[in-house]
Amino acid sequence: MKIHEYQGKEILREYGVAVPRGKACFSVDEAVAAAEEIGGKKWVVKAQIHAGGRGKGGGVKLADSIDEVRELAGQILGMTLVTHQTGPEGKVVKRLLIEEGAPIKDELYVGLVVDRATQRVAVMASSEGGTEIETVAEETPELIHKVMVDPKTGLTADEAEDLARKIGVPDALVADAGKLMQALYQAFWDKDCSLAEVNPLIVTSDGRVMALDAKMNFDESAMYRHPELQDLRDLDEEDPDEIEASKFGLNYISLDGTIGCLVNGAGLAMATMDIIKLYGASPANFLDVGGGATTEQVTEAFKLMLKNQNLKAILVNIFGGIMRCDVIAEGLVNAAREVDLGVPLVVRLEGTNVEQGRQILADSGISVISATTMADAAEKVAAAAAGA
Amino acid sequence: MSILINKGSRVVTQGITGKTGMFHTHHSIEYANGKQCYVAGVTPKKGGQEVEGVPVFDTVAEAKAETGCNVSVIYVPPPFAAAAIDEAVDAGIEVVICITEGIPVKDMIKTRDRMKGSSTILVGPNCPGVITPEELKIGIMPGYIHKKGRIGVVSRSGTLTYEVVDQLTKLGLGQSTCVGIGGDPVNGLKHIDVMKMFDDDPDTDGVVMCGEIGGTDEEACAAWIADNMKKPVVGFIAGVTAPPGKRMGHAGAIIAGGKGTADEKIAALEAAGVAVTRNPSDMGKLMAEALG
Repeated sequence: MKIHEYQGKEILREYGVAVPRGKACFSVDEAVAAAEEIGGKKWVVKAQIHAGGRGKGGGVKLADSIDEVRELAGQILGMTLVTHQTGPEGKVVKRLLIEEGAPIKDELYVGLVVDRATQRVAVMASSEGGTEIETVAEETPELIHKVMVDPKTGLTADEAEDLARKIGVPDALVADAGKLMQALYQAFWDKDCSLAEVNPLIVTSDGRVMALDAKMNFDESAMYRHPELQDLRDLDEEDPDEIEASKFGLNYISLDGTIGCLVNGAGLAMATMDIIKLYGASPANFLDVGGGATTEQVTEAFKLMLKNQNLKAILVNIFGGIMRCDVIAEGLVNAAREVDLGVPLVVRLEGTNVEQGRQILADSGISVISATTMADAAEKVAAAAAGA
Repeated sequence: MSILINKGSRVVTQGITGKTGMFHTHHSIEYANGKQCYVAGVTPKKGGQEVEGVPVFDTVAEAKAETGCNVSVIYVPPPFAAAAIDEAVDAGIEVVICITEGIPVKDMIKTRDRMKGSSTILVGPNCPGVITPEELKIGIMPGYIHKKGRIGVVSRSGTLTYEVVDQLTKLGLGQSTCVGIGGDPVNGLKHIDVMKMFDDDPDTDGVVMCGEIGGTDEEACAAWIADNMKKPVVGFIAGVTAPPGKRMGHAGAIIAGGKGTADEKIAALEAAGVAVTRNPSDMGKLMAEALG
């Protein structure tokens, strides 16, 4: 799960991480009121969308007067912000963060992720803040310093201060920067984050270290123990089809091709997408119905796929294990009766109770193109889509 | 021979009184030597009963003391599953196979840290389990598609493993052992560990490995294969068409920060001399060709 920058900063503030004073706003009037309340002479107007790269896309602007806050808030609220992470269609900005302008002297980077190789939380820090860390990693990997944190001790003061020195924090501020990193680690750990990134972490001309940005993602598997985070979810930022799918326990991701796929198991679902491509067509979605889908789930899965205007054919690829082919076949027949497919349907069933499953499809009278292997299925669905 | 499990294994099911644990223990007991191999079940506070003809204990330590079980399979719900692994490790179980999907990553970080210095081998979590065909099935895979033989299979994905096994069996290529290592970012055995075991197993002639996007485990395995592997390896990597930043079902299957793409993994495997196919329908055929 992802949250907005302002929400991330609220969490970090609770952990004692210094962040600029600021307020989330949903209208121009609120933005102006927030700027007046914050006071000072400089403000930053920041678009709140879940994607990164907002600055480059024109979603982060500096204001030198209240009038300018009003003008910029008006420009940014409602704009469609296109960044390298939003895709070409962009995201409409519905929330703003109004913050005090900070006197930036130096921009640094600190980010935390789970390192799969060492099976620990990795704290990464760099003197190259403000830019994309992927670029730094590629071009100047020596400028990224890492600590793999021992889960028993957490990030120690020595480790944190050592990182601070390595990324060029002035001596007088090393202790503060160390404390900030320790607090960031604690927030990451307590809240079951999968990612926590402060880019930039700034040193100000008046001698403070501060998190100027905050990006936090959370481990979906741990959400059951964080009811406080559920309230931070912004459904506007998520794909409506994916939200709908999750209500029915389906794992669905929209893609830009024309072949709908319904598969059991994530690996097989990816492999099915791949083989569709190999046979010259392109998948419209990733859809894993899981290990024990019911008739209702299969029906919902079909409804989801059929919402897609680009859909030209559907491929069902089921390898029955716990999931029995006869159950899937019944689900297919029910779905076909409930919703008008309108596109060719290719079905490949294999595994547990495959004969009964094939019989159910044959007896149903619904129009199904049967396939034996994955290759056979992919070839047939590509041909069907081309003919449609 | 085989790796990890055989008919001499003595298995305890953790979470045996739950619906999933009971269902799969039933089917595993029915498979090959299951009746003699499944000796115990564990559910806290439910000791004293019998499930599927197997005595239930409160703790793994008790189960071990009473039955001599040396392999555990875990069907405990996600909030308690990491603690179940810890319990099995503390009891000195040799191989722990965790089927549970959806364990918080933080729990697994702590559990893996606790396991440092322990000789217990962990398979999973979020995996279909391990099967040595016609000997012993520990997990949720459909037993009947397997056939005893000399090909090892290692995979991060459940149904994709079934797909490979089915292709192999239909070509007359039986399997020595099939290992599902699971789709989570922090787990036990990785491709490289299982590959080493297959290389050392005198009854395995070749290995099919299925990887997927996310992480660099396949690359690490490829590097080891290049310098050490004595047997032919066939590979498939799922997710060539997966877009970056999107989690493809498995918690571990995500291309993040430009790392973990299928193309990188395929290139690494090919450079290590692994025969990689981009067509998941051809995995079995390629293995047959690799054996000559």
